[in-house]
Amino acid sequence: MSWQDLQLSMSDQGYVAGDDLAMALHIALSLGRPLLLEGAAGVGKTEVARVLADMRGTNLIRLQCYEGLDASHAIYEWNYQRQLLAIRASAEGGTTGRAVEDRIFSEEFLLERPLLQALRKDTPPVLLIDEIDRADEEFEAYLLEILSEFQITVPELGTIKARSIPMVILTANGTRDLSDALRRRCLYAHVDYPDRETEMAILRARCPEIETQLGQQIVGFVQSLRGEELEKTPGIAEMLDFAAALMGLGIADLTENPAVLQATLTTLLKTRTDRDNIAPEVAQRLAGQAA
Amino acid sequence: MTRVTRFAARDPGPAARMAGFLAHLRAHGFKLGVGETQVALSALTHIDAARPDDARRALKCVCTGSAEDTAQFDALFDSFWLNEGRVRSRVKPSDTMQSRPNVRSSIEGDGPQSGSAGAPHAPDGGDGEAEADGMGRLVASTVTNLMKKDLRDVVSPQDIAAAEGIARRLGAALRDRRSRRRRAANKGQQIDFRRVIRRSLATGGEPIALPRRSRPDRPVNIVALCDVSGSMTVYARVFLAFLAGLMRADPATDAYIFHTRLVRITQALRDADAMRALNRLTLLSDGFGGGSRIGAALDQFARTHARTSVDGRSIVLVLSDGYDTDPASDLGDAMARLKRRGGRIIWLNPLKSWRDYAPVAGGMAAALPHLDHFAAAGTLNDLAALEPELARL
Repeated sequence: MSWQDLQLSMSDQGYVAGDDLAMALHIALSLGRPLLLEGAAGVGKTEVARVLADMRGTNLIRLQCYEGLDASHAIYEWNYQRQLLAIRASAEGGTTGRAVEDRIFSEEFLLERPLLQALRKDTPPVLLIDEIDRADEEFEAYLLEILSEFQITVPELGTIKARSIPMVILTANGTRDLSDALRRRCLYAHVDYPDRETEMAILRARCPEIETQLGQQIVGFVQSLRGEELEKTPGIAEMLDFAAALMGLGIADLTENPAVLQATLTTLLKTRTDRDNIAPEVAQRLAGQAA
Repeated sequence: MTRVTRFAARDPGPAARMAGFLAHLRAHGFKLGVGETQVALSALTHIDAARPDDARRALKCVCTGSAEDTAQFDALFDSFWLNEGRVRSRVKPSDTMQSRPNVRSSIEGDGPQSGSAGAPHAPDGGDGEAEADGMGRLVASTVTNLMKKDLRDVVSPQDIAAAEGIARRLGAALRDRRSRRRRAANKGQQIDFRRVIRRSLATGGEPIALPRRSRPDRPVNIVALCDVSGSMTVYARVFLAFLAGLMRADPATDAYIFHTRLVRITQALRDADAMRALNRLTLLSDGFGGGSRIGAALDQFARTHARTSVDGRSIVLVLSDGYDTDPASDLGDAMARLKRRGGRIIWLNPLKSWRDYAPVAGGMAAALPHLDHFAAAGTLNDLAALEPELARL
């Protein structure tokens, strides 16, 4: 399968990937290496993983990162209740010492968290480590062994090797620099807001029934809105919401009703200052340019 | 487009060429190891390597690691593989110290910024010491001051002793109170089940001892950058004493001064003998009281020292008046880069205590959006008064 094939089958799933992104995915799949996707919020980084899982018919295992995320939430944890019961049971049964210890620290008593789960699947799943820059530096260090060797070391148990190499996708918003060690273990692709043609293709893929004229106006409007000074630039999901709102209201032309346009801007502008910045006149001017 | 570079006949083959390309990227500041050459070669086996655009995209995802790398990559690829003049139009590495990432002190610096003995120079083509013009406004000066200033005249050991107390208190106010991670401890809110189970093995499954986990206090490391350009000379006494106090109060701090270049002064200030510390500082601070290139100095800091010393648990303290001879956008970019390291940035500006002060100096305005705290500080008392504000951060 070449990268163009990959691009085509992704667009069958409704994801329009740029050339750079498709190539990065192709190389990552061929080499079995993790792929780090970096870009602003709302450019469709997380969606890549979902589409990939659908395409290959495998599970998507998702780990949402947050500050303070640690090994017991991300990798594995011992099942303490069962361990306690097992110790009591074996004490009554007469087994003690080494045998009990070996038993309660065996895989039977290990609770899988997303990362371990991903390594122990027979068919390679897609593992999505979302918003890695929200986790702290310590968590990046946990990931190093998993991402380069595809194995996890549990002190009591030894090393658990991956049954199959999962396809790993990491996403980052670029709010914090990731460590060089982590970057070096990953392939890298920078995902940007799509250009006009690509965005039009995305809109057509997601809302096939949209009129071409309205579609072009929507895309033009959102593209020029991204050029304005905004706190939160509208992403692709916002653009699709905007299109759905306009179609639901039966609007055929962006410029025809300023009040409706202003009302539907709630789908694009998510903070108060942004709403204040885009006054009705500004919205009208942008819509006029797009038309 | 397809004017592919013709390599010499003695060229040893594709592997060596790839190694050459990676070395070419490394020379332009890419962080690449030996392993990447291997990965790059195997990546090419999975595509149609004869098509330059495919090869470009494949190598791009292997060799780049950040948005900046991505922006630079195409030009570097062209210059190496597509005959875009390997010698002539080689892409200039961005200035500052990228090619020497481990610089600890720029004393041995070469180039126009070195300020070593010799002909005086004006880096930005400025013409003379322009501390103040006819309008009575402060303007940033571009001239590297070559006069040696004996810092013992500026700071006295008594000042340092006074500042040390204040620095100690400020440092304590800035300490991170809690870590999010838990660690084994005798007292704590959470029971450490892993250890409970292990201990209860000895008592037949009866958990008698209950070891606990707590969230330890974790130190914040403070990095202070002090502007000692001409316009800041009057405040240098206070700030240098403060830095010296900070360094001596806490081993996890780092200090730099900048005027037209950046100098690390941590080791000098840690000298057990306060007088000798000042002596060493005098030797280091060649150019003291000269021009100010805040943007360039902070950019250099963000690219070199910050990569190792600034992380999510750092506080960057900038002591400067914000008068910069570099374009304001440089300072804005440098601050954005620094902010991405994840630490908190506090800017202490002596001018802010002036009545009617507004941060309109271009550089200051560009830096403002990236600051976590912007406060006035001109005297040791001002610094002492900051304690409650900093504790709240």
